[in-house]
Amino acid sequence: MGAAAELTRPRPGPMVPASFTVTGKRQETADTWTLELEPRDGARLEFAPGQFTMLSAFGAGEVPISISGDPGGGPLVHTVRAVGLATAAICAAKPGEALGVRGPFGRPWPLEELEGADVLVVAGGIGLAPLRPAILALLAGQERYGRLRLLYGGRAPDQLLYTAELEEWSARGMEVAVTVDSAGPEWLGHVGVVPRLVHRARFDPDSAGALLCGPEVMMRFTVSALAQAGLTSERVRASMERNMQCGTAHCGHCQLGPTLVCRDGPVYAWSELERWLAVREL
Amino acid sequence: MRGLDELIAAAPTFAGLSQDQLRLIAACAVNERFPAGAMLFREGEAAEHFFLIREGMVALEVQAPGRRLVIETLQRGEVVGWSWLFEPYRWQFDARAREATAAVVFDGACLRAKCEADHELGYQLMRRFAAAMTQRLQATRLQLLDVYGHGRPG
Amino acid sequence: MSESASHTLERQDFDELFGALARRGYTVVGPTVRDQAIVYEEIASSAELPIGWTDEQEAGHYRLRRREDAALFGYNVGPHSWKRYQLPPEVRLWRARRDADGGLTELEPEPRTAPRYAFLGARSCELHAMGILDRVLLGGAHTDPADRARREDVLVIAVQCAQAGNTCFCSSMGTGPTAESGFDIALTEVLEQDRHYFVLEVGSERGGELLGELRHAPAGQHERAAASAAHDRAAAQMGRELDVTDIRDLLYRNLENPRWEEVAERCLSCGNCTMVCPTCFCTSVEDVTDLAGEHVERHQRWDSCFTVDYSHIHGGSVRASTRSRYRQWMTHKLATWIDQFGSSGCVGCGRCIAWCPVGIDITEEARAIRDSEAVGDARP
Repeated sequence: MGAAAELTRPRPGPMVPASFTVTGKRQETADTWTLELEPRDGARLEFAPGQFTMLSAFGAGEVPISISGDPGGGPLVHTVRAVGLATAAICAAKPGEALGVRGPFGRPWPLEELEGADVLVVAGGIGLAPLRPAILALLAGQERYGRLRLLYGGRAPDQLLYTAELEEWSARGMEVAVTVDSAGPEWLGHVGVVPRLVHRARFDPDSAGALLCGPEVMMRFTVSALAQAGLTSERVRASMERNMQCGTAHCGHCQLGPTLVCRDGPVYAWSELERWLAVREL
Repeated sequence: MRGLDELIAAAPTFAGLSQDQLRLIAACAVNERFPAGAMLFREGEAAEHFFLIREGMVALEVQAPGRRLVIETLQRGEVVGWSWLFEPYRWQFDARAREATAAVVFDGACLRAKCEADHELGYQLMRRFAAAMTQRLQATRLQLLDVYGHGRPG
Repeated sequence: MSESASHTLERQDFDELFGALARRGYTVVGPTVRDQAIVYEEIASSAELPIGWTDEQEAGHYRLRRREDAALFGYNVGPHSWKRYQLPPEVRLWRARRDADGGLTELEPEPRTAPRYAFLGARSCELHAMGILDRVLLGGAHTDPADRARREDVLVIAVQCAQAGNTCFCSSMGTGPTAESGFDIALTEVLEQDRHYFVLEVGSERGGELLGELRHAPAGQHERAAASAAHDRAAAQMGRELDVTDIRDLLYRNLENPRWEEVAERCLSCGNCTMVCPTCFCTSVEDVTDLAGEHVERHQRWDSCFTVDYSHIHGGSVRASTRSRYRQWMTHKLATWIDQFGSSGCVGCGRCIAWCPVGIDITEEARAIRDSEAVGDARP
């Protein structure tokens, strides 16, 4: 292993993945797994909340996946939904097996800009995954922020991520509201879409900041609900999805108007985006 | 305990009504408490009332053979029910208190009569119900999109 | 360029250049005729140059034609550009052996042993294109050592245009026709009644050393004037123009212009324009394994924003219509590139016009959008 590891690193550059071992694995929903990864060469992958890596099951292809781990320490964590060949192969990796990692890439959540303000974290579906490091960082430094609130929406109760942790975050001082699109009577939380939670949430609209991640449509509706509540789009940050393939701003696929999502995003101020998102098929 | 008109005035739906108008509608209202699990109304029954939730949570539900589905949950400050406004004045859904719930209950027939007599009041109420209905309609449309079914891989 | 830096090299001595480059270990890439087009390939002598050929270009049209003289560089630009050497059409990024546990061992980034290239015949627009591609590939926070290695040590012998094609518009883009920097040596070819020679400008120390190995003479007033006349001729012949005034905001204001619909009716979404463009840099990667799955390689290939898959995200393609893909390409070239990389992505070489099978002309499209605003303003 040692000799082989040395062989793997002659001027590798950003296009060459590093081998990480799957050290932990947890099924979140029917099609989504959370993987814990440790580097084979010992160097921890340092990242800022909101960044992503290019993750590959060798031979099956590579996909951009947000980092979901704790920026303060611990393994590299990715929550992955099996929706295609590469993601299915990644989700199928067993503990002890290896995955390839490049990165981290992208612009993070600007948490330092939110100091002193109420922070509204709004997540939809798997959009909670890129927000998890931000939530952990906010909770770790909560004396520096105002009220912390998470509004989380999913399709159904069995589609929610990190369910055990949601209670822990709540116990640590974050107000957590969870809503689903539909549920049976056994579900005791909210039923309805995320923007409805925004209408109910109380925050100081003049200073609060919002961090959003979820399906683009859900984010658009959420931004309009936030605007009705007085929170302007400059103070809304959103993590965007486009077809990132290189992570290094060289392949062109993730263009979003005048920006490259892998370089200028994935986190944007909504005010930077709204002009471009208003143009269909841009 | 605050007067009914004060409770009503504090609800976003009724913000901006004049003192006179608030008094008029408060005269059609009473306070009521529903223990967890109690029904506010059932599908098919005559819609004689609507509810302003003061505390607790109410679920709108649909019964289907073998199961019960929750369509939406409503909370403090929100209004439950508008079937009282439109013929044939029948409830389309069930409404159940998910937890102990306190609500201001309005007598629909009483309010309808006052709206007929005082079109300014009628207009103000209609406007407010239309706004609430629009918000709920938009939310329902978003629900229909099933946005999470086509989300990102991570 | 100071006058003292001008020199002459006679046609009969031109092959000394190949000798000198070979002695210095350079592999020469230059123009040659292949499949009825002038392309860039490895060449070893002037005999392989497109002697006596020129190209006739129009929207959707490229034909080689015989010249009445024996000019070596008497053509404009062909379907190839130097992009093939900065960013090859297909490269293997790495290969590795896959262990039983899925890990990679013996992972080898591709060896950086690209030949030491001398580019012979690069035009001014192409020098600018190389600079633009360098900014994309090497100017950001992440650079691939392989991309860097390909650009290290490249020697550039530019050729100054003595004519311009009908599809050329480098004057509009500020990229030509005469190269002022970005070369080691620049040649201007002069054909007179009884003399065929080149006027040389030296652009670097390396170029000066190379010149020292060639049989050259200082350029006299007559020769300098002849070179200058050739440059002026190219500028005067410029076949097309594109008004770049405020072009970025013009396009940003017109993302919903009906013109996109019209051009989409003609556009075949074939991607030819992106393949011939000297700055289009889009690539995709693919993992390749042997049947046993023991060996894995990752390949990077040119891609095109005209494919439906290009903008695929889970749930569908962001740009499903041809209208949106043409708009993406053209606004990227002329507008968003400025925000992304600090300059236009278009050098006015005209390749996309000539090689478009239906003759879509970027200068005409830009003009139509500009004119549509003028019409709008004129309305009461």
